[in-house]
Parts: sequence; structure tokens; C-alpha cells
Amino acid sequence: MEMPVPSPAILARKAPIVERLRAVLPSGAVIDDPAETRAYECDALTAYRCPPLCVVLPCSTAEVAAVMRVCHEERVPVVPRGAGTSLAGGSLPTADAVVLGVARMTAVLEVSLENRFIRVETGRTNLSVSMEVEAEGFFYAPDPSSQLACAIAGNIAMNSGGAHCLKYGVTTNNLLGATVVLMDGTVVEIGGPEGEALGLDLLAVVCGSEGQLGVVTEACLRILPRPEGARPVMIAFDRNETAGDCVAAIIRAGLVPVAIEFMDRPCIEACEAFAKAGYPVCEALLIVEVEGSEAEIADQLRRIADIARGFGPLEIREAKDGAEAARIWLGRKSAFGAMGQMGDYICLDGTIPVSQLGPVLGRMRVLADGYGLRVANVFHAGDGNMHPLILFDANSADGLKKAEALGADILRLCVEVGGCLTGEHGVGVEKRDLMVDQFRPEDLEAQMRVKDAFDPDWLLNPAKVFPLAVSAGRRAAA
Amino acid sequence: MLRPASEAELAEMVRAARGPLAVGGGFTRGTVAGGERLTVAGIAGIELHEPGALTLVAKAGTPVAEVERVLGEAGQRLAFEPMDLRALLGTGGEPTLGGVIATNASGPRRVQAGAARDVLLGVRFVDGTGMAVSNGGRVMKNVTGLDLARLLAGSHGTLGVVTEVALKVLPVPEAVATLAFGGHDPGKAVACMAAALGSPFEVTGAAHDAEAGVTRLRLEGFAGAVAVRAERLAKLLTAWGVAEVVEGPGPWAAIRDVTDFAGRPGDVWRLSVRPSRMAEALALAGGAQRLDWGGGRAWVLVAEGTDLRGRLGAFGARAVLVRAAAETRAALGAFPAEAPGVAMLSARLRERFDPRGLFNPGLVAA
Repeated sequence: MEMPVPSPAILARKAPIVERLRAVLPSGAVIDDPAETRAYECDALTAYRCPPLCVVLPCSTAEVAAVMRVCHEERVPVVPRGAGTSLAGGSLPTADAVVLGVARMTAVLEVSLENRFIRVETGRTNLSVSMEVEAEGFFYAPDPSSQLACAIAGNIAMNSGGAHCLKYGVTTNNLLGATVVLMDGTVVEIGGPEGEALGLDLLAVVCGSEGQLGVVTEACLRILPRPEGARPVMIAFDRNETAGDCVAAIIRAGLVPVAIEFMDRPCIEACEAFAKAGYPVCEALLIVEVEGSEAEIADQLRRIADIARGFGPLEIREAKDGAEAARIWLGRKSAFGAMGQMGDYICLDGTIPVSQLGPVLGRMRVLADGYGLRVANVFHAGDGNMHPLILFDANSADGLKKAEALGADILRLCVEVGGCLTGEHGVGVEKRDLMVDQFRPEDLEAQMRVKDAFDPDWLLNPAKVFPLAVSAGRRAAA
Repeated sequence: MLRPASEAELAEMVRAARGPLAVGGGFTRGTVAGGERLTVAGIAGIELHEPGALTLVAKAGTPVAEVERVLGEAGQRLAFEPMDLRALLGTGGEPTLGGVIATNASGPRRVQAGAARDVLLGVRFVDGTGMAVSNGGRVMKNVTGLDLARLLAGSHGTLGVVTEVALKVLPVPEAVATLAFGGHDPGKAVACMAAALGSPFEVTGAAHDAEAGVTRLRLEGFAGAVAVRAERLAKLLTAWGVAEVVEGPGPWAAIRDVTDFAGRPGDVWRLSVRPSRMAEALALAGGAQRLDWGGGRAWVLVAEGTDLRGRLGAFGARAVLVRAAAETRAALGAFPAEAPGVAMLSARLRERFDPRGLFNPGLVAA
């Protein structure tokens, strides 16, 4: 992965820069010992690592603003970091950058059940936001699978999704307001509990901007009443295409399940070997979950089973109780662990139109055969967000390289059929150089103008999102 | 009136423009900026409707009625319930999909299904330099690059002229029921609506007529479920009175379009305030009032020329002038001034997307 050459001037000034940061932060909030900064050298995309110049862990919006002012004056790049769970390298440091972690900012600032929002500092983890309002019967809808560890800051940066997006949307649909610190230290309040922008919807462009525009320190999030219950049905098919057609038919029939998960044969076999969930051996499995009261759940599951029967399923297994529901989900939820047991893998995140599901899985297999690699698929079929897992051997000389090349081919395939490079993980460094396969130069130019407006000096989260060649002129001029 | 027939022709017209352009679709809002009119009505047509993927792609000039007809044939709809304000405003013209997106027009179902911007999957637009840009796409989940599509939604044409939109659509439910409570003042209404919206029954509309004292809640879904939910919701809300339950579409189209104020003299404003403070804001506002979005939005009818923002104090920053004589509009401005940080960023964005200040100058707050 090509990264910009670190600025020798900044590297040479490390000591005075660290001093200035220490002067505006409480003791212990600046980490510059190389033994300790190594803990921040990567996020969950561990293939790429680079220790930063130093790390700061401020405790308040005011302290974040103070750090930003210092870095702006010193012209030092800042890499914002939530919990470091990005799969796209969204918080990969550069050697001349200050990593700004919000991990110490975890307070709940306000809970309003009557207005259905919660305001938190963004270092708080996703799951703990839901837990804060659970006793009152509410929850925060976006639920990325890393929700135990991932921070709201990163959720906002990447516009994170989860398994229940088909019904509840992604972060941008559940974010009402944000406190954003710009690169020059200006603190801007965008949106709020009112939820409706009367002028430009700046919140929309901040959400999913991958730390390119500002550091979000506080967030106002929509909370929803928890449904009375939820239960899945599992449907087995002998062809991927049939499973895809069944998904479309369920949706066409006016049902909006809360989740429609899809697993292909390699994934089913791996999960079965690992978790022994009792899955049938078949080409494709759907897990469809619906919500509501007991009677509503039974009614919806009956409608879904009726539709599925029209597609000649091998088996329809409806969860009769909580234990059976847990068994159906067990295999799906252990998919990543099961893959990990089989070897090294990279996880892709492209989205395709649901109608392209069958053909894309077929072409993906042909592409994988060409590289002599195996791909397992587990994904959110209702919204077409695929997570192909490419298995490879990290110990072989060109293992990672080959897997990445196949990954790029698969993502280009997603774009070719009308989809996109990333549905919920973000571009980061991982998909940065593929952006030219999805966007024309004019499309990227328009996006970079937004960056120009928020961060005219191009100091925030360097070398992410925009291909280096595309942003070279702006970075040189800044 | 400029009426390009294609995106390329539009881009050419923008490049050739020598002065301000009043950009619109059907010009149904009655809020036309100065300059030569430019309509996207000629860039029309549904490009794609895939019911099994809940996806619609259409050119910006496509009439909303045409979109709703095509969706309806497949048992689907625009869930955000865009309003038609022609009766309220006393205007004509044909509402277009582009106009709906450019104004983020969202009706009562916003409380459950989100606003127009929430179901927006992608846009194509032409910026102030005549550059055609594509952003987002047609798929449900897409975080590839910066989200310009939602930035354009509600921008009132000031960043670019939208030429095509992709939207998530949703099924039309089997059944609808409305619960109505009488004898409410706004405070009681908001509390009742908050209790309903905080229940697991997926209330899809929560509105209050402050003149009649009536609060209405809407339930939608499969037939059996709606009946049961109506009964259970009524039981949950007994503290706010005895609910009258009526099956069928109910008065929601009129609530959406604020037709109660159509033909009545006076200026119309809309307010968006957090529901728990709406009653306080409305006490300052006076006039005739209608609440929507569980009390998050209010429509207020006041005497012509009233400076409602002045009356509202801090709430004035959340008041938009919807209907008034040109002089009132000129004196008060349709949109409130924004906080300095937001205003600075918005101005910088407009400079970059429309460096010559061509699009709808003066329509929104500087």
C-alpha cells in the first residue's frame, strides 16, 4: 500500500510538538514512547502498520479542540481513532501524524425517552449505548458485528450498518446531531434532537466521511422502542440463484423482515464444522428474521414459508422457541470465528443489487478458481451487502497479494453489476485505490471539494479514501 | 424559461448562464428566487423500478404522481409521504421528484420511515460550473466516498441541479387504522404522542389539531396486526382519554398537505423543535396550530406580516416562513439565520459547488 512520504520537518520536530500537546492536555494524555505508540500502529486491518508520531487521548471536546489547534499551527496531520476496529484501515497512522483517540470520552450526556434520543461522547461503545436505555425498553438500532468493541465515533466516521439495516437503516438514518471539531480547532454543533436540517444537511456529509472532515466528539442518536419479540426461520436451497429469487419474492410480497442473512456452501460447511448448529448441508441457506408480538411473528413467518415453498426449498426450519432461534443464529454468528479456524482470510464488503445475487456468486467462484483460492460467502441478502471471505495462506510468499488481487476483482464485479465497493466498512486505505473503478474524475472532484471546505489544508486522516494520485495536487498546494 | 431535455443540455445551459437561475421542477412552492427560470421538468422518466429490491431510479423531472402510479401498480410507495402544498400555497404546477428531493419534503410518516433524505440512495446533479456529478448509487447500503446525495437533499438547488435520483421504496401495507383522542391541548397531545411513539406498535403518524383539540395516531401493517395493535395502543393510552378507532386511510393526506390552512387568510410558518418543548414554543407563537411528527413539527397560521421569529425568542431559529406576501418574505427571509460555524461551512460549500452564485440566490439564508 502506497503511503505519502512522512514529512522530515515534522519528524525532526517531534519533541517540541509533543511538548506543546502536553501543555494543553492533562498528564498521561500524550503517548510518545515508541514502545507504547506501537499499540496504535494499526486497526483491525492488521496487514498494514505504521507507528504514529505520538498519540493523544483527550477527555473533552475542549481538549480535542486544543489538540487540533496545536496540530493546525504545527501543520501536523491528525488521524482520528475510535476503538480501532476498522476493517478498512480507517485509522491507520502515518509516521508524521498525531493519532487522536476518543477512547477516554465515554460519558452519557443526556437521555430523553420522551424525545427518543440519547446524547453521548463518541468514545462510548455501540452496545453500551443500547444498554444505557435497555431497561426503559429502548435500543440504538445500528448494530455492526463489532458492537461490543466499536465506538460511536467510528460508527459515525464509517456510517456503520449491521444485520438489521433492512428495517432500521444505517448510522446516517439514526444520527440526529454531532459536535464536530474542525482541523483548526473550531467547534461546530451540527443538527440536534430536532433532527431536521433547515439549511444544508451538513450532518449527512459528516456521517461516513471517514475522519476527513472533522473529529466528532459528541453525538445525538435516535433511540427506538424495542420490538416485543423476534424470531428467525431458516430456509435451505440447492442453488444460490433460487435463494436469491426467494429473497426478491419475499420483499415483493410486502414483507420487510428485520434481517435476511445468506450463507453459501463453503460458509455453511465451515460453520457446521465449527459450531455444530445442525445446519443442513446445502448450497445456500437463508435466515430470515421478523419482529413483533407472538401473533405477528407467527403470521409473518407463515407468509414467508408460503413464499419459500414456491421455490422448492430443501428444508424450512421455523424457530418455535428461543432455544431454537439461538441455534439457527449460532452458525451465522460464528461464521467469522469458523473461517478464522480454517486459516487466514480477508473480508470484503461490496454491495450489489439483490437481483444480481445468483450471477455474482457464480462469477465470483470463477474468479476465485482463476487464483486457486476459496471464497466463502455470508452476507445481508435483503440489502445486497455481501461479505465474501477470501481464504489464503499468510505464510506463503504471495498469499496476501493474491487474495487482495482477487478481492479487487470481486469488488470491481460488484461495481460492474450496479453496486459499490463498500456497503458498511468504509474505504479507508483498503479500497482507496479502487475508487477510480467506481467514480469518474468529476465525481471524485466533487467529493474533494467538500474536503476542501472542511479541511482546506488536507491535514485530517491523510492518505485515506481518495487515491493519492487523485489528491496529489491538492495535498501539494495545501 | 429554460427547459433542458437532458443532463448534457442542462450542463451546457449552466455553463452558458450569464446571470442567476431560479432552479425548480414544477415551481409549486411559490418561493421562486430571482433570475431566469430553469426547470428540470424536461428531464423526466422512470429509469428503473425493481420491486424485489425496493429500488426506484428516476429522472428529476418525473412527476411525483407518475412515480406514485408506477410504484402503486407493484404495491409499493414513497414511504416518506412527500406533501403536496399547492392547495396551501395557492400555486399550480406539477410536483416533481427532483423538487421533493431538493426540498427534502417529508410527511407524517417521517417519524417511522424517515425523511426523503433517509431513503435516498444516489443522485446525479449538475453543479454551478456545469460539471455533471454522480454520487451514491442504486444499492441499499453504500458508504463508498462522501455522501453528496444527502447533502443535495434539502439544499433547495443551491449546490447543484439534481437530474436523477435513486430511492429505496417500501410496500404499501394491507391495512391502516387511526386512533383519535379529543380534548387535548398541545402539551397533553405531545405527551400522548410520545407515549405512542415510545411503544413497540410502530406508529406511522402522530399529529394534533390544536384548534379542534384532536390528537391522531396512525397504525399500518398486515390486517390482523393493525387491529390488534390498535386495541393494545388504545389500552396503553387510556390516561389520555378514550380513543376512537377508525379503519381506512383517514385524514392523513390532509394532515400531510396542511389543507386546513388552505384558503384561510394569514401567513403560514413551520417550526421544528424537540417535541417536549413544542408546547412552550407554540404558547409564544399564538395563531392557529397543527402539529405533526409527534410534536416535532408544527404548522402555524398567523396574521399577515407577523414576525413570528421575533415572537419565538430562541425557538425563532427553528422557524421557516412557508406562505406570505413577497414583501413579508423579503423582510423576514424564508429561512432563519444559521449558527456561525454551520453558516461558515455552508457558505464554503456553496462557493465551491456554485462559485458564480448562479443557483437560487437569496432563497436560503446566507
